[in-house]
Amino acid sequence: MKGRVLVVDDDPALAEMLGIVLRGEGFDPSFVADGGRAIGCFRDIRPDVVLLDLMLPGVSGIDVCKQIRAESGVPIIMLTAKTDTVDVVLGLESGADDYVVKPFKPKELVARMRARLRRTDEPPAEALSIGEVSIDVPGHSVTRDGIPIALTPLEFDLLVALARKPRRVFTREVLLEQVWGYRHAADTRLVNVHVQRLRSKVERDPEHPEIVLTVRGVGYKAGPP
Amino acid sequence: MTGLPTVRWTRRGRTSPSSPRPTQGAGDELGDASGRPARPPGDFRPPAAATTARSNGAGWRIGPDPAVPGDPGHEVADREPTDPQLLTAGPPLDGDGRRRAAWDRAVRGRWSTVRRVAVESARWALDRWQRSLQLRVAATTVLISGLVVLVVGMLSVGAITNGVLDAKRQAARIEAANGVRIAQDQLTSAPREDRLSIGRTLSAVQQSVSRRGTAAGLFSIVVISGNADPFVSGNATASDVPQELRREVEKGRFAEIYAPVKAADGTSTKGLVLGAPVTQQPGSVELYYLFPLQAEQRTLGLVRSTVLLTGILLVALLAGVAALVTGQVVRPVRVAAQTAERFAAGRLQERMRVRGKDDLAALAAAFNDMADSLQRQIGKLEEMSRLQRRFTSDVSHELRTPLTTVRMAADLLHASRGGFEPQVARSAELLQHELDRFESLLADLLEISRYDAHVAVLEPDPADIRGLVRAAVAATGGIAEPVGADVRVDIPEEPVVADVDGRRVERILRNLLVNAIEHSEGRPVEVCLRGDDSAVAVTVRDHGVGLRPGEAALVFDRFWRADPSRDRRTGGTGLGLSISLEDARLHGGWLHAWGRPGQGAQFRLTLPVRNGDVLVSSPLPIEPADATRPTGLIRRLPVASESSR
Repeated sequence: MKGRVLVVDDDPALAEMLGIVLRGEGFDPSFVADGGRAIGCFRDIRPDVVLLDLMLPGVSGIDVCKQIRAESGVPIIMLTAKTDTVDVVLGLESGADDYVVKPFKPKELVARMRARLRRTDEPPAEALSIGEVSIDVPGHSVTRDGIPIALTPLEFDLLVALARKPRRVFTREVLLEQVWGYRHAADTRLVNVHVQRLRSKVERDPEHPEIVLTVRGVGYKAGPP
Repeated sequence: MTGLPTVRWTRRGRTSPSSPRPTQGAGDELGDASGRPARPPGDFRPPAAATTARSNGAGWRIGPDPAVPGDPGHEVADREPTDPQLLTAGPPLDGDGRRRAAWDRAVRGRWSTVRRVAVESARWALDRWQRSLQLRVAATTVLISGLVVLVVGMLSVGAITNGVLDAKRQAARIEAANGVRIAQDQLTSAPREDRLSIGRTLSAVQQSVSRRGTAAGLFSIVVISGNADPFVSGNATASDVPQELRREVEKGRFAEIYAPVKAADGTSTKGLVLGAPVTQQPGSVELYYLFPLQAEQRTLGLVRSTVLLTGILLVALLAGVAALVTGQVVRPVRVAAQTAERFAAGRLQERMRVRGKDDLAALAAAFNDMADSLQRQIGKLEEMSRLQRRFTSDVSHELRTPLTTVRMAADLLHASRGGFEPQVARSAELLQHELDRFESLLADLLEISRYDAHVAVLEPDPADIRGLVRAAVAATGGIAEPVGADVRVDIPEEPVVADVDGRRVERILRNLLVNAIEHSEGRPVEVCLRGDDSAVAVTVRDHGVGLRPGEAALVFDRFWRADPSRDRRTGGTGLGLSISLEDARLHGGWLHAWGRPGQGAQFRLTLPVRNGDVLVSSPLPIEPADATRPTGLIRRLPVASESSR
């Protein structure tokens, strides 16, 4: 699996080191240090995954993230030195699928990249529905009343995971494992933010969700089909 | 309301004394993280007891029957509450007793209403009195000036009265002396043989005397002779002359007395009566002058009412002036108080207006200076806090980016150490290992500096604490195994849900577990979770060397180590328990430590079920059940404590 990786980071030493590690793991990395040029490089390279530093000169990482997300559902993993919830949530809300806090272990980073890329296995032909929302799993499309809803691959996976077992309540930890592919409990804020984002797209009224329901003190479950 | 005892109006009755609720953690003499003292016993009144007391309050109805007759009206009696306690406690009430009871209650009810109104208005007045400086000054002014005006008025009215009456008396005496002289002249020159001539003479005397118009004003004359009928002028009668005056005159002396006389219009009025003996011989003649004091009384009445009116006006004026002057002083003070209140509420740009150069302007200026200074100080502190936060954030980023590169390089070296010289390979291992320590130390330092900068934010979310306990145990499995510590977990079957920040609680539990495993010396570590309606508690117990007296208070200190000579096996940063304490505090929870030499140590985390609630007790005791109290001569106090510093 020779995945193309776009690394957006202004620190040359870290970029070089990342290059060594990623090449060693069989990836094909490209680098850009300036946030202003990131979107241009993204269009040229068409990477399979983007590693994005949040603190960039020029255009900030958040804006780069939004620009990329506006034209692609490609997995974006943020590299951040900030662990405060505000920063993490801001990054996730701008469209990132996952984040890795510096200093990270190379193995951890690679594992997360692989988890995001491991979407090639052929899904079984199945059609699911929650409420008014129908999901065509092989076609990778979600519609409500025949109108398509654009979801990122991660949001799609989250919705499918919930829809496959309609009555089951998923804890955040279980969702992290099934959707993000983490064996050890990572940050459950990931789940919260992505559920909010998913709701903002599929719910009629995100304040009163009917598709993705919260089970207080436990986690989430799909609404009635 | 200060200084006034609060009067609570309740119906007299057998109010059962409410018993204080026994708190669950009664034996738990520890402080708590929020630093609040435990609720004093007796402060709490359980609702059930209050209800009982209320219903018992109607008990006066069945006391000894007061003999109040009358028809109370049945609709009152019909509303008798059927309180089972009352019905069993008192004698059964017949219809008559009921009516009387209702009547009695109605009377008492009205009386108590009156009393309540009186007390409330008195309380209101007292409250006003205590609150309003203006009212106090005005009232004091009225009181004092009123007293002064009263005394001055009485003195001056008295002096005027005396002066007027003295003048009248002087004039009357002169008039009487003149009258006596004329009468004596006429009597000496007149024949006095027969009654008739005497009568004629006396009549002449009376006429000549009374015809005189004098400075003494109008008067009446009474001439009394021993052997003739009295002669009178005007509408006076002989009986108008008081007897005691006559007695004095009969002794041959001038005399005067105040007595009621008839005025010109025939009405009785206050008057001055003078009497003088004209002749002393047998068949003596006495001359009496009756002066009505109507004019003087009118004058004095006018004077009195003038003085009274002036006094009242003066007092009112003084009260007004006092109120006005005090108002001028008090208003700026009130404005200052309001401004200070707003300032204290956080509106730091509040200032007073400075007008003129007087004392109040000085007050306003001084207040403004103080406000300026405070605002500057607060601004400085805020700026420092902001810089601290910025610094923390910057350090975090600036350190972490190069550390990431180092970390990756070290990992790469570590992974390929097989091909190195032994010394280089060992160096790569050391590098890797120490980088781990460096990383966790950096993370802990940044976390603690976040607490110091007060930027730590709680993100509570309902969570099953059992999951957090399991996760923490799983996360520390890697260090428990090499030490040989067996971690035993005792958690309930059913979920234990509380509003907590899962990340922080898991970190607390992880830190407690790491600490327990580090001090376990290979003996089992026990984790116990319990919850009740208001709190959840987790205890982590080890059976290591334990804590010496006084050490339980130190374990939460940064970089504190029980025994500096002991080797560090697990390589904790020394900040774990400090961070845990801050995490617990952020939840409004407690973190307590207990330990005794040779019996190990126990840490207990207690968190409120609902975020924002105040903890009063913990579902788990801080002292483990298997702990034995030390006996013998050496007094070793069990050490339990102490998260509130």
